Amino acid sequence: MNKKVAIIGVGYSKFGSTTPDVSYREMIYEAATRCYEDAGGIHPTEVDAFVASSEDFMEGVSIADEYVPDQLGAVLKPVQSITGDGLQGLASAMMQIQTGQLDLVVTSAFSKASNVQQKENVMSYACDPLTVRPLDENPNFIAGLEMNRFLEETGNTREQCAKVVAKNKANALSNPYASYGANIDAKDVLNSPALFEPINRLDSSEDLDGAIVFLLASEEKALELCENPVWVKGISWATDTPNLDSRNEGLGSAVYARLAAQKAYEQAGIKYPRKELSLAEIDDTFSYKELQHIEALKLCSPGESGDLLEQGVFSKNGDLPVNVSGGNLGVGHMHEANGFQKLLEVVLQLRNEAGKRQIEGANTGLAFAWRNIPTATGVVTILSNDRY
Amino acid sequence: MRDVAVVGAGMTNFVRRALETPKELSYEATKNALDSCGLQLDDIESIAHGSAPDAFDGIHQKGEYLADGCGGFNKPTMRVYVGGATGVHSLIHGWYHVASGHFDTCVVVCEEKMSSAMPHAQAFFKTIFDHTTERPLDPTLLWIFAMEMKRYMETYGYTKEDMAIVAEKNKNQGIKHPASQFDTEVTVEDVLNSEVMAYPVNRLDVSPVSDGAVAVVLASDRVARQITDQPVWVEGVGWNLDTAYWATRDLYYPRYCEKAAWMAYDMAGIRNPIEDIDIAEPYDPFDYKALHHMEGLQLSPKGKTVDLLKDGYFDQDGEIAMCPSGGLMGVGNPIAAAGTMKIAELFWQLRGEAGERQVPGSPKLGVAQAWGDLMQVSSVVVMGN
Repeated sequence: MNKKVAIIGVGYSKFGSTTPDVSYREMIYEAATRCYEDAGGIHPTEVDAFVASSEDFMEGVSIADEYVPDQLGAVLKPVQSITGDGLQGLASAMMQIQTGQLDLVVTSAFSKASNVQQKENVMSYACDPLTVRPLDENPNFIAGLEMNRFLEETGNTREQCAKVVAKNKANALSNPYASYGANIDAKDVLNSPALFEPINRLDSSEDLDGAIVFLLASEEKALELCENPVWVKGISWATDTPNLDSRNEGLGSAVYARLAAQKAYEQAGIKYPRKELSLAEIDDTFSYKELQHIEALKLCSPGESGDLLEQGVFSKNGDLPVNVSGGNLGVGHMHEANGFQKLLEVVLQLRNEAGKRQIEGANTGLAFAWRNIPTATGVVTILSNDRY
Repeated sequence: MRDVAVVGAGMTNFVRRALETPKELSYEATKNALDSCGLQLDDIESIAHGSAPDAFDGIHQKGEYLADGCGGFNKPTMRVYVGGATGVHSLIHGWYHVASGHFDTCVVVCEEKMSSAMPHAQAFFKTIFDHTTERPLDPTLLWIFAMEMKRYMETYGYTKEDMAIVAEKNKNQGIKHPASQFDTEVTVEDVLNSEVMAYPVNRLDVSPVSDGAVAVVLASDRVARQITDQPVWVEGVGWNLDTAYWATRDLYYPRYCEKAAWMAYDMAGIRNPIEDIDIAEPYDPFDYKALHHMEGLQLSPKGKTVDLLKDGYFDQDGEIAMCPSGGLMGVGNPIAAAGTMKIAELFWQLRGEAGERQVPGSPKLGVAQAWGDLMQVSSVVVMGN
């Protein structure tokens, strides 16, 4: 049995579609300061190690890890970066604690997407330089291919995907940190301009700036320092091949999500996820991704997600609320911090601090992040406010 | 905490311009490491991957792109990242994959292909500087290392000849390494007479630009004993990052290295590193850096390092063998892979498999260290048999 780890502090900066008044460092500083306060006034010198999640090209520097320490209060401390979603950084921090070597580890992720004028150009640099990049297309065409394939294989419909957007944007209206809440219906999505057949503009999430910081603690420290620790009961990640043309199960399946989920459920002792989870915050960078991920995460049987969505199972008052925060479609797309936005929501819900969108009696939640086109990595985290 | 052992290691040749792609280099290193301990990819539960700036490969999110080359598809794969210190840090990363209890086996693989950067990898390093305070000055990495080298020499009264002794020693030692990209002897004179890059750095004070990959296989205590009779144990790990504002640091001494070293030594139960450590593989992309790091690693008293070097204290058969591999100066410097090469060297040395480079007297304990970013980060691993 692995050692137990809890989240004992969380802080986030003001989120916004543009944030011209602050640098990314200032944003992280704001989030970190709030996190230390939230954890009962921890001073960063008491923290044993720090993990940040970042990628060079998005930050506009090479070796982006070198700019991590100052704003976190981590100068001359063990600091490392993970080039992955924030949840991978969380996994890394968690393993550090589980070795028994460290007790308190801070982990951060941020998005300053508004600094990037042509995000798609950066993303196309993530595509294979020989087989995909020369096509000189906006890389989101891959999402269009995936969506077609997914709908074809599962029988879910275009309209059902549009209903995901309506649900998440409506959820976002009761979330003060969400930037893209709206009262719309499926028709608005279907009538919005086409981007990448069959993806329309409203099927695709918009960028958001913001920073999120968590403080993790070993069991002993968590019990000593915190009255409402949120326990990380399972965490797992997996990568499919980066080659679009050689993915085992084609483009329709989210193999990375399935592999990651299997292991995370096993760690958390979850047999019937749909029954045992109080909420799930899962990647919905594109509308179809929510349905695809719901199925891969075994929250329903293959091909069933669209129908269950229409029946309200995944609504705020349904059996298993999905993206009650608003998700990427309603809150905004935060790049390396996407997983942290999901985690933030689950933590707030489990601490009964989610305000108008609070799910009564929430005690176990799932946060799932995918790394966006063209990658194939997923991370699943299971949290609970019950001790192990 | 579970005990973790290195049970296999493999590397590609370090060369100036590899014909192989970065994925192929990763594949070759991983395959060699797995073959060395009779394992297959199916036996491996997780992959810890390291590679330095994405710019070298011209690929955004290059960890994802390289994942299949190192066997990381349909597996938990994570890329860790601390600039030039990545090569040793990746081992630390793999260590906690296993020590935490999450996995029983893990492949650590680091790759760098720097020759794709045209006309020279140094141009890509221009993008590591702060966009407001530093980049407008149009600096190169060599400038700031020249400042550090000058400050280090000034503080203790060391001369350029003193520094060149390291270049001579490591480059000639590297000739014994089968994967080295050099086969020509170098003298102190050669170093001093080589072209000035940024005073006081001459061309031969600097390690070369290289392509290459290195992989090692880690296993938990129980599994390691099933795989090999000669596991090499990871005894201690440490890492540390200083402020991003390098202009505010005193460059004569690497505090981040000292802190990382003590973190690792404390874990390994080492009180007196000079007495206990038999082999040191400090990161030596520049000749002065080997000495600078020996002081940071607490393996030489401040200011005494050149005397000890001249007395043969750091030779292959000295008290503490320094860079018996040949180091980055002697084998080559494919940034992230260079650090992992040092881990592999300790593995071979502690198993008595280092051939011509073998340190005599059955060494028991070795330390490997890597360094990078804006002269601000170190990772340190102590290994023992």
